[in-house]
Parts: sequence; C-alpha cells; structure tokens
Amino acid sequence: MERFQRLRATLSGDLGSTLFLLLGVLGVLWVIYLTIEQGPRSMIAVLIIGLTDGAIYALIALGYTMVYGIIELINFAHGDVFTLGAFFALAILGLFKLGPGANYTLAAIPILIFVTVVVMALNGLVNIAIERIAYRPLRNAPRLAPLITAIGMSFLVEGAMYLWRGPVDLRFPDLISENRYELFYGNFGPQGKVAPLIDLGVKDIMVVVASVFLVVMLSLFISRTKLGKAMRATAQDRDAAALMGIDINRTISATFFIGAALAGAGGIIYALYFNSIRFDLGFSAGLVAFTAAVLGGIGNIEGAALGGLLIGVIRALNDRYFSASWSDVVIFAILILVLVFRPTGLLGMQVPEK
Amino acid sequence: MIANLRNGKTLRTKLREWSRDSTMIVYGVLLIAAILFPPISTFATGSSALIGLVADAGVWVLLAIGLNVVVGFAGLLDLGYAAFFAIGAYTYALFASYQLGATPLHHAVHLPFWLLLFGAMFVAATAGAILGAPTLRLRGDYLAIVTLGFGEIVPRVFRNLRDWTNGADGIGGIDQPTLPVCIDGPWSQGDSLAIHFGPVNCSFSITDPSAYYVLMVLMLIVCVILVTNLQTSRLGRAWAAVREDEVAAAAMGVNTRNIKLLAFGIGAAFSGFAGAYYGAKISLVSPDNFDFTVSITVLVMVVLGGMGNIPGVIIGALAVYFLEFKFLTDLPRNIQALIDSIGLGPLLDNANPATGWPGIQDFTQRLNYLVLGSILVLMMLLRPQGILPSRVRAQELKAEGSQDDSVFDQQAGQT
Repeated sequence: MERFQRLRATLSGDLGSTLFLLLGVLGVLWVIYLTIEQGPRSMIAVLIIGLTDGAIYALIALGYTMVYGIIELINFAHGDVFTLGAFFALAILGLFKLGPGANYTLAAIPILIFVTVVVMALNGLVNIAIERIAYRPLRNAPRLAPLITAIGMSFLVEGAMYLWRGPVDLRFPDLISENRYELFYGNFGPQGKVAPLIDLGVKDIMVVVASVFLVVMLSLFISRTKLGKAMRATAQDRDAAALMGIDINRTISATFFIGAALAGAGGIIYALYFNSIRFDLGFSAGLVAFTAAVLGGIGNIEGAALGGLLIGVIRALNDRYFSASWSDVVIFAILILVLVFRPTGLLGMQVPEK
Repeated sequence: MIANLRNGKTLRTKLREWSRDSTMIVYGVLLIAAILFPPISTFATGSSALIGLVADAGVWVLLAIGLNVVVGFAGLLDLGYAAFFAIGAYTYALFASYQLGATPLHHAVHLPFWLLLFGAMFVAATAGAILGAPTLRLRGDYLAIVTLGFGEIVPRVFRNLRDWTNGADGIGGIDQPTLPVCIDGPWSQGDSLAIHFGPVNCSFSITDPSAYYVLMVLMLIVCVILVTNLQTSRLGRAWAAVREDEVAAAAMGVNTRNIKLLAFGIGAAFSGFAGAYYGAKISLVSPDNFDFTVSITVLVMVVLGGMGNIPGVIIGALAVYFLEFKFLTDLPRNIQALIDSIGLGPLLDNANPATGWPGIQDFTQRLNYLVLGSILVLMMLLRPQGILPSRVRAQELKAEGSQDDSVFDQQAGQT
C-alpha cells in the first residue's frame, strides 16, 4: 500500500513532469521530422492555422482561468458567453446595414471596432448578471451546488441563443479583406516547383494582432492598475484581501466582466474569421479553451495564452497529418492526461486541496 | 431486549411504521401504479403505445438511480454519464447483432440478452473504474470536467471507428431478448415462446412493448432494493462521510480512493445495465443517442428529484422524462391549437423573416435547452435538496455561512 502511494506520488509529481517534458520533446521532434519530410511550406501553413485558432482559444481560456483563479469555479457558461458575443455582434452590425451579405470596405472598420467595444461591454454585463444570479448566492454552499448552476447557466445561455436564432448556421458579414500575401518565393512547392514559403491572409494577421493586443492590455491591466492588484489579492486569499479593505464582490464582478469582454471579442474575431456561427459553437470551443487553460496552468494568465496557442497548433497538426474527425478526441485526451499527470499545467503553481 | 422487540414486530406494526415513512409511501404508490398502469392505459387508449413510453422512461429512471449513486451518495459530479450508457448499449449491440460479421472479425456474435445485460454492466463498470482510478483524486470540479471530456470522447470514438461500429449510422437490427423459461402450453396460442397473461405478453417484440415494460419494472425493483441497501451499508455511510468532508473521512480511516472508485464503478454499472436494455428495446444504437444533453438530462432528473434520495430521484426522473419527451414534444402542436382557437393564429403561426420570428411551432420546439437550464439553476438556488429531499442531504446543501459554525447555525435554525 505504501509502495503504491509512493508510486502515485512519483507519477503525479516528478515523473509526471518528466513524462510531459518527454512528450513535448517528442512532439517537437515529430514536427521537425514532418517539416523535413513534407517541406517547410505545408508546416508553415499548418502553424498559421494553429496560431490563429490558438489565439481565439487563448482569448476564451483567459476568462476561464481568471474566474477559476479568483473563485475556483469552472464557469461552464463561459463558452456560451463567447458565442453570445458573436450573436450580439451580428445583431448590432445589422443595425448598421452590415448584415450577413456585407463585404469588406474600409469604412466598415471603425464601425466594426465600435461594435466590438459595445459587444465587449454587453457581454461583460451579461456575465456579471450570471455571477450575481447564479454564483454569488452559492458562494459558501458546498462545491457541487455552484458547479451544477454553472452547467445550468450554460444551458440557459445556449437555450436563449437557440430560441433567438434557431438551430441553423448563421452567416456572418465578411468585413475583413480576403487579400493574401505571398512571401519568400522559392522551390517550396510540390516536386520542387516555385511557390511562396508563406501564404498569409489579412484575416490571419487580424486575428493575431487583435488577440495579442487584448492579451497585452489584460496583462498590463492586471499588473499595473489598482483593480488588477485587487484581483490578484482576492485570488490569493479572499479573506485576507477583504480585511485589507478590498471590495470582494466588486472585484469578482470585475473579473467576470473582463473575462466575458475578452470572450466577446474572441467571438467576434472567430465570426470574422470563419464567417459562420451557430448557437452551440461555444460548447466545444469552451471545452477546448478550458483544456488550454488547464494545459497552461489554471489561474495563470500567461499560461492560458500559451496553452491556447499550443492547443491551436496541436489541433492544426492533428487535422493536417492525422484526422480531423479525431481532433476533439485528441484534445479531450490531452485534457484528461494533463489533469491526471500534471494538474498544475505547464506554468501553474501548486493549488492547495480545499 | 430491544433487538428482540424489533425482530418480533408483527406485520401490523410494520405496516403502521411504513405508513409514517414517506419513502415507503412513495414506493407503495409507485408499485401499485406500475401494476395498474398497463391494463388501464390499454383500456383507455386502446393501444400499448403509452406502455412503451413508460418503459422508455424506466431507462431514464435507471440512469438517474445510477447517477444518484455518484452525485447524490458520493458527491462526485459526473458530467459524462452518457458515456457509460453508450458503452453498455454498444456492448449489447456488438455482441447481439450481425454487426460483428461486417467488421474485420467476420463473425457475427449473438449472445443471449440475459447474459449481456450483466456483461454490459460489467464492461461499463470496468470503464468507470479505468476512468476513475487516475482521476478520482482530482478536486471535484476537475473531476467534473474530466468526466465531461470522457463523455465527449466516447460517442466520438464510436462514431469514428467506422469499421467496427458502422459510424454515424449506428448499429441496427439488434437481437430482441427471448425468454428461455417461457412455458409452452395451451395458453401460448400456438406461439411456442409466449404466455399470454392478461394484457402482458411475454414475447419480446418492437410492436408489443408490454414485455419490455414488465422487464423494466422488475429491473427497477431489483435496482431500488440494491441501492437502498447500499445506501444504508457500511459503504453508503463511507460515501456520506467522503461527501461531507473528505479529509475528515480519510482521517477516520475511510479509504477515500477506493470508496470513490466504487461509487463511480457502481454508478457506471447501472448505466451499462440501462444501456443494454435500451439497445435491445430500440434495436438501434447510434452515437447521436449519447451526446452531452443525455448526461445533463439525467443530472437534471437527479437534482430535481433530490440528490441522495432514491424515491425523489425516481419521481424526478419520471417528471423530467414526461416534461422532455411528452409535454415538450407535444407542446408545439398544443400551443398552435391554443393560439388558433383564440384567434392569434394568423399573427403567430407562420414564420416572418423580417422580424426573425420562426413561427409558433418552431419557436416552442426550441424551448428544450432553456427548460433544462432553468430547472438546474432554479433548483440549486431555491431548493437545492430537490422536490423530495433526503433529510441528511437537505441539511448539507442548505448550509450557509462559514464552514466552522455552520453546524451550529443549522441546529439553531431548525429549532
């Protein structure tokens, strides 16, 4: 029995980390092998897909990780709040005569930015309402209770969108230029034909630039502002933070607001990139993003961003070189493996058992 | 002395005691209803369609009883319960149909239903143990997400393993159970494997659901007795201890890991059991039958009925089943009739693309998610102990305020 426990400790501790390092090294070697075998061009195309998807996952993962960091609750509704952002954007863009049929014009860009800001605020308010109604009254209840309401909230938000627009794929206006840039011509094509090494779309650039901007703003906010400091303090020790004069309820509301605002922006970015949204999009996107948050180390902002990018790349590699129909299975298997072998994730710290 | 007195109770005192016990009353009413239902519904509607519906409801009751072991007794949130259901159903489907003949194995296997009922149970329990062994030491919310992930993986695996499971089309033509002990005689009216017994017919077929109904009632009785005994056993008390305070339970010498693993395995076993029956009854299993909504529906049943309380869970399961599969399914038609009768028909009946109005029938069809979500949220906020609460569980879930003085607060509040 004792030996077994020691084995378990090793498995979850040092061995777990070693295993992960090993897997990481194997992964990198595999990528290098594929690059040599298939040529750098296809690998770069895969990486571009992976990083753009990953940037969107990262934006969702941030909300999970922030909420988890501060009240240790998996906000299952978060993925649906992400979808809600895209739904709001579609409705508001309609008011500006930029309905599903609209195409890219330069004049649409300021409207788009304005709409994004409005949607982020709306989304934030929705998430604050969710917290007020569903989580705050249960803050001191047994852990099972808020988890169940979180699942219920997820269904409610999803159900509201279902009621609103029905079970169809909705077309989202194509407001970003479809232009592509081809860089570094050389013998990169199949059979040594001349082809560009990098084929980058304006959309890819938009996704990455917008996400990086938002993540940088968030990390500045958390490290530099007073509210950010309050959030960090509350995450560390809620009671002590309260004794130091921090308004806990306000801080938690602010966390929910920011998380949902980022998810809303993510929703718009997703919709602009793929031009198609659906009410139940947030369920699987949310799960993937949660996997990203866990992989990076839950409660850790940089971890969530890193995890998002990693998951995006892993998914793109899987879709390209293995099979797209297995990609969800692969992602959830990663989730289970990380939780079993290294629950603290890549950058996370030891979370005490409560 | 006391022990002697207890043992020497007459049937009369026992009956009197039972009549004061709400659990026994519920069981009694349910049993009488179960016995009276087939003749009455056949008499009233002239068909056995309703009996089939109730037999289907029984599958969900079984699932709810099983999930109740995990969520209600042991306090572990399992969001991937449908996975074990799927495993049970696929176990039966693979080993009791022509499917394996179309796989790389090239030999169809037809094992008897009665064997596979337990086989599926065993396979599902094993799957539960395999998933549980590494993950059960995780915190409750991590466990929830791991099970959620598992619940998503399993149907996708069945969908993707096209060579073995026929992919998204599912496995059809699954064997019907046969009764090996059916007594042949003049009453069987020429059919060698059938006894005709009132409205109940013991030959299993899709057109006549009575036999399935009887089987389901029997399965439920066995399961309820089993679970009730489990709850009051040493294991049941250990579950309660782990649920209330894992650290304290471990300090008292409860092997928390094994205890949780048992809860997980037993919960999965019920699911597998239900899965095999379900596969036989609908005779077609496909990955779509086991998606996330199934897990959540079962959770709603348990939460609505009252976590930890078996009669409550049964009532909750029946209520949610009829809400979901009868009331909400019939609602679009009924609402349409209502609206037409009060003269709002021209306004609301048809879809209006300009306003995005989908038409009243479509609109009411979309209420499903909202209903499930609201039940979960409202129950947890207003009555976390469920409509028929277990007394112990009610106290736990109502506990508010800081952890240390909650017990005293409650006691003060009770008096």
